[in-house]
Amino acid sequence: MQPAKVIKEIQVGIADYKVAAAPDRLITLGLGSCVGLTLYDPRIKVGGLLHIMLPDSTQFRNVSKPAKYADLGIPLMIKELERRGAAASRLQAKLAGGAQMFSGKDDKFILNIGQRNVDMTRKILKAMGIKITAEEVGGNRGRTMILDLANGMVTIRTIGSPIKEI
Amino acid sequence: MGDSVDNKLSDTYMDVLKEIGNIGIGNAATSLAQMLDKRIDMEVPQTKFVTLEEAMNLVGGLEETVACATLRIEGDIPGQILFVFNEKSALHLVDMLMGLEKGSTKQLDDMGESAVKEVANVLTGSFLNAISSMTQLNMVPTVPILAYDMLGAVLSTSLIAGGYIEENILMIETVLFEKQDYIKGHFFLITEELSLEKLFKALGLTMN
Repeated sequence: MQPAKVIKEIQVGIADYKVAAAPDRLITLGLGSCVGLTLYDPRIKVGGLLHIMLPDSTQFRNVSKPAKYADLGIPLMIKELERRGAAASRLQAKLAGGAQMFSGKDDKFILNIGQRNVDMTRKILKAMGIKITAEEVGGNRGRTMILDLANGMVTIRTIGSPIKEI
Repeated sequence: MGDSVDNKLSDTYMDVLKEIGNIGIGNAATSLAQMLDKRIDMEVPQTKFVTLEEAMNLVGGLEETVACATLRIEGDIPGQILFVFNEKSALHLVDMLMGLEKGSTKQLDDMGESAVKEVANVLTGSFLNAISSMTQLNMVPTVPILAYDMLGAVLSTSLIAGGYIEENILMIETVLFEKQDYIKGHFFLITEELSLEKLFKALGLTMN
């Protein structure tokens, strides 16, 4: 009898991405204004999870970590997925996060960054011809996002609400 | 000064920052003690350069529920202040402020949020007063904004909102706690190297 393969849960930190294959899972904890993007190739059951912090790297002088930005991180993860045998044309995208976490008024705080992260992520995916199959974005709650590479299902955990699958 | 002070600030400067933190937070702790009519203890402040992830790990697990009040400092030393209370502490804090029986507050409603913001206001005021009178620098706090949710979501969002997205965040961090009813709060002051230069200069020190 063959022992069951241990399913690994691989954690993705902020401004980082990871690529893995079935039966493992990818998880990122506590998305606020950040956007979690999963890309999944159902044919070969390979996928990636990117934790985006900011929309646009061109607005910064020092870009030390490309995965921090939607415009650089998404192409980077796609390249890595292709290296693992995925085809960009088969990739299914799911988005979570982009919330507005803070209540109160302060014009100098950048409070709409969540929405901007979502907009930029959609824009880049569209430009690259990748379809978004599900979204759980906006609102004012933090989210944890888990991609099951066995079937491409994404689980969303929030405080005070039942677990949701998208 | 070169392009990065980053973690190359000498021990002397780090000690100065630590001492400033000590005095400022000490003053803030006294205000909180007066507000609550309780004894408030504080840990010796730590001064360090951390990444965003390290800053979050200092407080707890990324999915832990916390209340975070944050405000900006305007004036000579632009920066940001954060107060982070874990769920239990935030609720106890509200009980104490409202003069309620311990355990009465079960969730942070609008009133509770205002109470936590008010604590942040008062603590920040005393902290900045202490530093202003030491340095004669002008520092004005803005009105706090608040979030009550997963630690990872709240802390990352507040730092991004304040524009602190670099790998190296200078952080003066301490824990305030009240033994009997166990209120534990983290205090962070985040600022930039240009502000530090001004701060040291005001204290008669020069950076090179």
